[in-house]
Amino acid sequence: MTNFAHPRTLLAALVAASLLAACGGGAIKPEQSAAKVEDRNPPPAPKTVATPSVAPITPNTVQGKVLTMLTDPNSPLSKRSVYFDLDQYVIKDEFKSLVENHAKFLLGHPDYKALIQGNADERGSREYNLALGQKRADALKKAMQILGAKEAQLESVSLGKEKPRAPGHDEAAWAENRRDDILYRDDKRQSGEF
Amino acid sequence: MTRLTRPLILSLLASCCLLAFAARAQLTVEITGAGANRIPVAIANFEGETQLPQGVSAVVRADLERSGLFKLVEAGTPPIAEAATVDFADWKNRGSDALVSGTIKASADGRYDVRFRLHDVQKQARLGGLAYLMPANEYRATGHRIADVVYEKMLGEPGVFSTRIAYISKTGSRFELQIADGDGGNPQTALVSREPIISPTWSPDGTRLAYVSFEAKKPVVYVHNLMTGRRHVVANFKGSNSAPAWAPDGNRLAVVLTKDGGSQMFVVNADGSGVRRLASSSGIDTEPRYSADGQSIYFTSDRGGSPQIYRIPATGGDAQRVTFDGTYNVTPRPSPDGKSLAFIARNSGRFQLSLMDLATRQIQVLTDSTKDESPSFAPNGRVILYATEIGGRGVLAAVSVDGRIKQKLSNPAADVREPAWGPFPK
Repeated sequence: MTNFAHPRTLLAALVAASLLAACGGGAIKPEQSAAKVEDRNPPPAPKTVATPSVAPITPNTVQGKVLTMLTDPNSPLSKRSVYFDLDQYVIKDEFKSLVENHAKFLLGHPDYKALIQGNADERGSREYNLALGQKRADALKKAMQILGAKEAQLESVSLGKEKPRAPGHDEAAWAENRRDDILYRDDKRQSGEF
Repeated sequence: MTRLTRPLILSLLASCCLLAFAARAQLTVEITGAGANRIPVAIANFEGETQLPQGVSAVVRADLERSGLFKLVEAGTPPIAEAATVDFADWKNRGSDALVSGTIKASADGRYDVRFRLHDVQKQARLGGLAYLMPANEYRATGHRIADVVYEKMLGEPGVFSTRIAYISKTGSRFELQIADGDGGNPQTALVSREPIISPTWSPDGTRLAYVSFEAKKPVVYVHNLMTGRRHVVANFKGSNSAPAWAPDGNRLAVVLTKDGGSQMFVVNADGSGVRRLASSSGIDTEPRYSADGQSIYFTSDRGGSPQIYRIPATGGDAQRVTFDGTYNVTPRPSPDGKSLAFIARNSGRFQLSLMDLATRQIQVLTDSTKDESPSFAPNGRVILYATEIGGRGVLAAVSVDGRIKQKLSNPAADVREPAWGPFPK
């Protein structure tokens, strides 16, 4: 691949082009464009062909520990998922105590922040599902605020249908994926799940 | 890669890795429907072509055939030089409307001079011809350009063989933003992530892509310069940031932000500055897309109770509803000529690519699949690329706007989705 972003390569191409121009008498410049359709006879001076190259990026993701009470399976705070019915965006009664536990935790731990990730089932547009997941995340955020958690401690976002927990394509899988998850971060220690 | 300036072994190793990678990652194209009246053309082997590791004329043939608009006439094995005298009567007898002849010569700097002529067999006249100077590994790009000339001369509109497509490839939990030739060849990876990437969209000049990446555990909008491999955050406000859409001037993007509550449309400068609200509603507003003239923005909204497509002036103002049939019409994509609108409609539980004539409001369903997503017009407006699912695997598919010509682009080792067709090369 010829990388014209590289100065040496560019220079080489320019030198080659000007040499050719000197020989052929026609003006040539390196270009990455599609050639114009022309009818001249004899054929015009050659166009330089070069596909633009692509430089890849691999981002890092950060991960760190949070308090054991948030992850210990015996702790009620390890329950971090709230489920929703089809086309519904209200917190069901069965999740009231879960929401209370987390709101209380945030009240007692002002250094902690919670990221609420809303999810949607796989049916339909990715961006529209992102907006539906956002409605679920917003509903949980609002419920936790009513119970005393501070706005500054809460962020509601959506993963749409991009990270399904259940891989299937049936009603059971869809129900599992209509869900909010709560992630935690200790802001003071700069450590956490997001 | 600067092969000429690095030790040979390194460069050989790099080429091997690249080839292995390409073999794994490349999309294969399958034609599943062709046009009714295909133009018969003959593409001869080029004189001097055998000195190249891979030939140019084969790329031209494959491009034209894959378009579904041309029928290849057998041109035989002996090459026909660019300037050779053409026996027009013979080609007429063979049923060809046109013939491409060509010559490839090594030039002193190690590159190759490729010249071709397009002959009109009926009129017994020269239709066109060009010359290119290429390194041997640009045989595909040169072939695409020649195919574009043939396409334009024969059909009177620009071809799209030299354009590029972007898409997301998912293998296990590895997401890659890939850039490939329009035929799926020459794939290059622009971004590798353990978290999803969605909604890639080309800047009008084809140098940058905007997309949504979840690497920060939430959706954030980036603009990524493909040549430099540098990118910057365009929108990372509290909440979700998604659905980027370039204004035709390339200076601004419409985005969807939840920072002020709900999914709402904003406009932001391409460097991430100057964010301002575009519209307000009590429901979801998302999937904005500028019309080609930049005057309006089409978008999806559930303000009327179900997701439907609306149109709003690009400067803001009153929204007009565009779709009325059914209870789920999403992902609007106005055509390059502004006359039609591609979108996804749900018909009895099937999500299908549809096309609306904006003057008559007549709608044509273009596919018989069930999970269509993310349509993207070819820059000449002839074909729509979209994502769908076949046998539980994500594939790309393309359909001509008349619904006749169909192609499938798939990779047996990956789920492929979120296609975005790039602009004409500048």
